[in-house]
Amino acid sequence: MTRNVAITVNGTERRASVEPRLLLVHFLRENAGLTGTHIGCETSLCGACTVLMDGRAVKSCTVLAVQADGRQVTTVEGLASGDQLHPIQEGFWEEHGLQCGFCTPGMIMCSHDLLGHNSNPSDGEIREALNGNICRCTGYQNIVAAVKNAARKMSKPIAARAGAR
Amino acid sequence: MATPAKAPGRPSKANGKGAWVGRRLKRKEDPRLIRGISHYTDDFKLAGMVYCAFARSPHAHADIKSINTDAAKGTPGVIGVFTAQDTTSIGPVPCAIQMPGLKVPRHPVLAEGRVRYVGEPVAVVVAEDLYVARDAAEKVEVEYEPLPVVTDMEKALSNDTAYVHDEFKSNQAFTHTLKNGNLEAAFKKADKVVKQRMINQRLCPLAMEPRAVIAEYLPGENRLTVWSSTQIPHLLKTQISLLVGLPETSVRVIAPEVGGGFGSKLNVYSEEGVVPWLSMKVGRPVKWNEGRRENFMATIHGRDTINDVELALKKDGTILGMRSRVLADMGAYHQLLTPLIPQLTALMHAGCYKIPAIQIDIIGVFTNKMSTDAYRGAGRPEATYNVERIMDIAARELEMDPAQFRLKNFPKSKEFPYTTITGLTYDSAKYQESLAKALKLSGYDSLRKRQKSARKNGKYYGIGVSTYVEICAIGPSAATPAGGWESATVRIEPTGKVTLLTGASPHGQGEETTFAQLIADELGLVPDDINVVHGDTAVVPYGLGTYGSRATAVGGSAAYMATQKLKAKMATLAAHLLESKPSDIVFGRRSLSTKSGKKKSLSFGDVVTAAYTAHKIPAGFEPGLEATHFFEPSNFTFPFGAHIASVEVDAETGEVKIDKYVAVDDCGNVINPMLVAGQIHGGLAQGIGQAMWEELIYNEDGQLVTGTLMDYTMPKAHFFPEFVLDHTVTPSPVNPMGVKGVGEAGTIASTPCMVNAVCDALSPLGIRHIDMPLKPERVWRAIRQAESAPPKAESEESPKKQSKKGTAGRRRP
Ligand code: FES
Ligand code: FES
Repeated sequence: MTRNVAITVNGTERRASVEPRLLLVHFLRENAGLTGTHIGCETSLCGACTVLMDGRAVKSCTVLAVQADGRQVTTVEGLASGDQLHPIQEGFWEEHGLQCGFCTPGMIMCSHDLLGHNSNPSDGEIREALNGNICRCTGYQNIVAAVKNAARKMSKPIAARAGAR
Repeated sequence: MATPAKAPGRPSKANGKGAWVGRRLKRKEDPRLIRGISHYTDDFKLAGMVYCAFARSPHAHADIKSINTDAAKGTPGVIGVFTAQDTTSIGPVPCAIQMPGLKVPRHPVLAEGRVRYVGEPVAVVVAEDLYVARDAAEKVEVEYEPLPVVTDMEKALSNDTAYVHDEFKSNQAFTHTLKNGNLEAAFKKADKVVKQRMINQRLCPLAMEPRAVIAEYLPGENRLTVWSSTQIPHLLKTQISLLVGLPETSVRVIAPEVGGGFGSKLNVYSEEGVVPWLSMKVGRPVKWNEGRRENFMATIHGRDTINDVELALKKDGTILGMRSRVLADMGAYHQLLTPLIPQLTALMHAGCYKIPAIQIDIIGVFTNKMSTDAYRGAGRPEATYNVERIMDIAARELEMDPAQFRLKNFPKSKEFPYTTITGLTYDSAKYQESLAKALKLSGYDSLRKRQKSARKNGKYYGIGVSTYVEICAIGPSAATPAGGWESATVRIEPTGKVTLLTGASPHGQGEETTFAQLIADELGLVPDDINVVHGDTAVVPYGLGTYGSRATAVGGSAAYMATQKLKAKMATLAAHLLESKPSDIVFGRRSLSTKSGKKKSLSFGDVVTAAYTAHKIPAGFEPGLEATHFFEPSNFTFPFGAHIASVEVDAETGEVKIDKYVAVDDCGNVINPMLVAGQIHGGLAQGIGQAMWEELIYNEDGQLVTGTLMDYTMPKAHFFPEFVLDHTVTPSPVNPMGVKGVGEAGTIASTPCMVNAVCDALSPLGIRHIDMPLKPERVWRAIRQAESAPPKAESEESPKKQSKKGTAGRRRP
């Protein structure tokens, strides 16, 4: 038994007929061919599979593809526009916020959610916000620095706009 | 392990001051990783690919009475189900260690008649779809007859035990004694003897990318290609050829992007034999990706030792001798290096101290658990924990400051190269300088003041000091099981771009950047001109891989040496073209010029073109620009450092708050300080993780009860304060770049440092030791026990009597 779904991934609608038990993460990786979203546990405990669904961070191993039917999903591949990296991606690069890179897409998407509702988070707030995302390589310190770096960059154009008003 | 050769004199070229070496360069590998467009093994999808899943033992020890695969085979989409009966042609899982008296049990890729640990693979299902493969694996019906289970090492060595392997009639895998100096005399003349039993708990390496294997066999070409998440593609290639019986020339292994290893992928696993065999059997590419639960059960574990350590001392704090007995849990089988790890522990038992006499007895023990093997630090954290804990306990019993006690027993920097009582030759160090720097950076004196006032207010504030030395850059080949050299091929392409093929296969260390930095400096180019290629045995000359903090010291040195060969060749050609002598040619930015007389120069590109067109070359000059070097280090390197932690313990809840963590490390010359700091940060999180939270627990039935991320406390971002780092720079004389290695340092020093801090905090209660991890419950129990224990004299206690949980509290007057 399969069900038809239409999921908009990074702005492109993807239609497929899927098993009801298919996880969103497998839909993204196998059906949409977007392998930037990683699988570290399949039990909602590591955060490697974090994506945005209608703008909020979700662990895509905990969402069924059928639950994402009709929704907007953004994966790490959808952040940069052309050659222009997203400020969070730049932050991770500049602050050496990744080593093996396996946790990184999830970290970036979770940080995206955080910065969406807190544009200037403290170290403590960043560490708390990332508590569902595990990194074994970095000891987290440079991830915190990366998020702060991104927050500084992202607040700049807004400040400029406010000044112009 | 043999004692390594003595280090040669320091090469005259001082590195660390180039245009690129020493700079905080952003990593070249990052753009593909932060965009999510790089490829880990599981990201590949081959045409016609099928999936496999393993049925694993739920029992720690049982006879297999029967296996019924009918239901699994009948599942729509299933291509085949295989058990040990089918896989008899696959060789056993290899162990690379040879030592006298070592018992090596047969380790089949699928269990043959008996299972010996929970998670041991029993059958494998191949199906068109991942979900179907997993469903069908659950339908494999195995009838087991449970056998008595061996989990406790001491019981395993007693008469009252079952055997993990009946054929040995013993659970002892090996014994090994390292002994030097007159230990009896040392203990006889000691003013003070301190003893402690310490448990170094079992840990899960937990690389965030679980293991994964894809194999594709093309019968026409007789070519097997295996993608595996491994640290050692070349060694794996050799072993796969032996496992599946193909000539080595027919096997290609690719380690694509690898999502962390920490030693857990420095191995050859059952699945790396079975999946290639399956691809040959079913005639389709086959993929296996490990689930996290499988990763907990069936990827190697780290540590798991029981240690009894004794130190003989003079009243003034001088160390006279040390005795240590280490029981090391092997698990049920040996993986690639399992019995080697405790031997590294023995070798490093002198720490950074002058110890006149020593004896270390190591006993390897079989139990019904997953194998232990190399986990970040691999033997050195265990040694450092024993050494740094007993030093701390000694200082306390002698009422000396722990830092002063250490300073008193360090060898002086002019004594290097320093030969330890365990027979190693430490290359270079400044232990005093490093500790002094850490004391200053942490504000040690004011921390002590803070402790005093906290105590007045009934609070428990503690300061932990730990120094360390580790053995890296593995290593001189004579001292390693399979060689210790590393290879590099540097090829300057006709366009002037440079390709480096390195045998050191990274998994997060950033070698694409650091190796490019060092070659750019040598050739007068920029790092973007250099492409570092690794991890593909069909492209890269044989190499040993990335482990033991060896990549830069050995692999980087190979790249450096190969580059020197090319520089010499280019100088010969440039001299010919400029009518000068090779010794007169110097490299500038993208140029080669004469240094004496009238300055003449050629661009880098002109010389490269000349080498390839070969129109104007000197007689006998070999065209092209490619050089290979296999670098054999003359000795290990010995990075070192000093860490200081301060903690506050809540006596009501047992909770430990880390107030401050300061690390001063010395890894010799530094190529990229940003990456070095990253390695330290990550190491600290793992080492502190062991001290405070992490523990793999098998219950008496051999069930892994902390085998999920729910039960195993994996450190999160909010567990840590911001680490404060500094370093000293003591170049190593054993390689041309003066580098030492940094991959494991943070993990080694931080574990004892944390436990020292907590025990220091609780010392007013008479608590002298608590076994790791120092979870609130355990600390709380130690405090309660200490509060209720009757006051006891300060006499020697029998460590045997302490409970295994290890809370040895005494109330002090
Ligand atoms: S894979 Fe989804 S949280 Fe780990
Ligand atoms: S960078 Fe490797 S797990 Fe985070």
